[in-house]
Amino acid sequence: MKFSEEFEARFTEMLTHYPTRRSALVPTLLYAQDETGALTDEVIAELARRLELTELEVRNVISYYSMLTTKPRGKYNVQVCTNIACMLRGGEELLDHCKKKLGIGHKGTTQDGLFSLEEVECIGACSWAPAIQVNYDYHENLTNAKMDQILDEYKKKGTQ
Amino acid sequence: MASLVSHPDEVRVISKRFGQGATDIDRYLQLDGYKAVQKALAMKPDDLINEVKNSGLRGRGGAGFSAGMKWSFVPKQSAKPKYVLCNGDESEPGTCKDRLIFEHDPHSIIEGVMIASLAVGAHTGYIYIRGEYRYLSVIMQKAIKDAYAKGFLGKNIFGSGYDLDIHWHGGAGAYEVGEESALMESLEGKRGIPRIRPPFPAVVGLWGGPTVINNAETLAAVPHIILGGGDWYAKLGSPRNGGTRLFCLAGHLNQPGVYELPMGYNLKKMIYEVGGGIPNGRSLKAVVPGGSSTPVLLPEEIDVAMDFDSVAKAGSMLGSGGVTVLDDTTCIVKFALRTMKFYQHESCGWCIPCREGTDWLKKTLTRFHAGAGVKKDIDNIYYLAENMLGKTFCPLGDAAAMPTMAFVKKFRKEFEDHLDGKPCPFEKVAEPALV
Repeated sequence: MKFSEEFEARFTEMLTHYPTRRSALVPTLLYAQDETGALTDEVIAELARRLELTELEVRNVISYYSMLTTKPRGKYNVQVCTNIACMLRGGEELLDHCKKKLGIGHKGTTQDGLFSLEEVECIGACSWAPAIQVNYDYHENLTNAKMDQILDEYKKKGTQ
Repeated sequence: MASLVSHPDEVRVISKRFGQGATDIDRYLQLDGYKAVQKALAMKPDDLINEVKNSGLRGRGGAGFSAGMKWSFVPKQSAKPKYVLCNGDESEPGTCKDRLIFEHDPHSIIEGVMIASLAVGAHTGYIYIRGEYRYLSVIMQKAIKDAYAKGFLGKNIFGSGYDLDIHWHGGAGAYEVGEESALMESLEGKRGIPRIRPPFPAVVGLWGGPTVINNAETLAAVPHIILGGGDWYAKLGSPRNGGTRLFCLAGHLNQPGVYELPMGYNLKKMIYEVGGGIPNGRSLKAVVPGGSSTPVLLPEEIDVAMDFDSVAKAGSMLGSGGVTVLDDTTCIVKFALRTMKFYQHESCGWCIPCREGTDWLKKTLTRFHAGAGVKKDIDNIYYLAENMLGKTFCPLGDAAAMPTMAFVKKFRKEFEDHLDGKPCPFEKVAEPALV
């Protein structure tokens, strides 16, 4: 199991921050997932070994956090917020628009593996609603037209 | 990056450095940065606690508990190490204020954690940021690194002989983790399941050591209080509600945004003047004044001072500062359903009233909104919510129950309008039943 140097440096440093190894688990899982695309059996076994946990303990934590996944997502995970502030300003319509445009539903992935779609809970962009995150990047004050433009840009970036 | 707004009624304390490039440590130093902690190093811990007590600073996460009081609960002597934990797991729907502090003024949070640590005698602090806020974690990790490089953190800070480490910690998507005991579980590498209290974190917290947990905005206010004095800060707000607050105006408004206003600022004025009123010539239907867990207010109830005590008197809560405005095109049943869908999704499943209650309520509201409700459902919704209230380990059950009860109580007529297979009066096409 090979992670990037940046990951290893952060991981080694993080272990010095806590009295127990286990404490590094949640952020480490997310950083690992960012590199591997998903928390596969191999990743889980590796992190369990490093943190002196059972694989079951690691899986138990993974299933709790909504950002963590054991199945790969698309290269660009489009997360549309439909919680109250976004809903009032068209978040649900935006989600429907994405479903049509990408031809996939909630937690679906396009056949080319470029996009996956997710309806998410509040992402903390309430005053700039409706908003989405594509992976970690925020896009705010959206309309269907702006959404099209964003998706087209990612498509271009992803197929280059 | 979230855009900034301004209004002449704003009193800028916490947002003073927004847009000033203060993520850069040298710029932060030019803007009076790290002066407060140096002043604090020369003060006695009890004096620090008293200064914060006098300031009337109350928990900005939503509970509104006196920050100074919280600090004073930490035992002076402890066999186990003490900790300060900054709660940056901002996820109450309607709330997007901590995000701006992390983005524009991360060092003020570090400085707040430092002062809190000095006050309670902690030598380690953690700044927990929700997983979705990755760009803010990048900013915070750099800020901490810069502070170490200057000798502000680590051994013998500012040559005082006091050792203090502060570390970043990240989440991975969970509303429940914003609750203080679940936050500690998450930091210990576990599922965010709440702990039973007592003992309270101030006595038994992280790894069993006494722990102070404050919201990011609360901690960001601390350096200003130490520099300007508790009395100065208290006077900015209303009685027993010191200072200013970042209010997140959202929903049907002409000028939504995050505004820093004095505690006790009038809600009506906040909506019509600061937020620019309701767009498209529509009229106001309701306001959720402090994040999705707070009971809804009717237009005739909004002539209220936005401080913890006044909003409580008006039958709601000041909560997290997320003011969500609903115009008259909004279906309350649908709004109640979306709110419940959220709590059902986020319930950790540890206690039965919350796990089953939120699920049952979501199903009932879904069916009801689709026009398949029967009259007794209305009382049932209220009854179910009422039976969650106060019966769960953590406040998530209450957070789901309180708004639901208020929606039924204040908008019963609208629930009745959905009966007998009638399509939702606010939808162009009725949705099919999902249950």
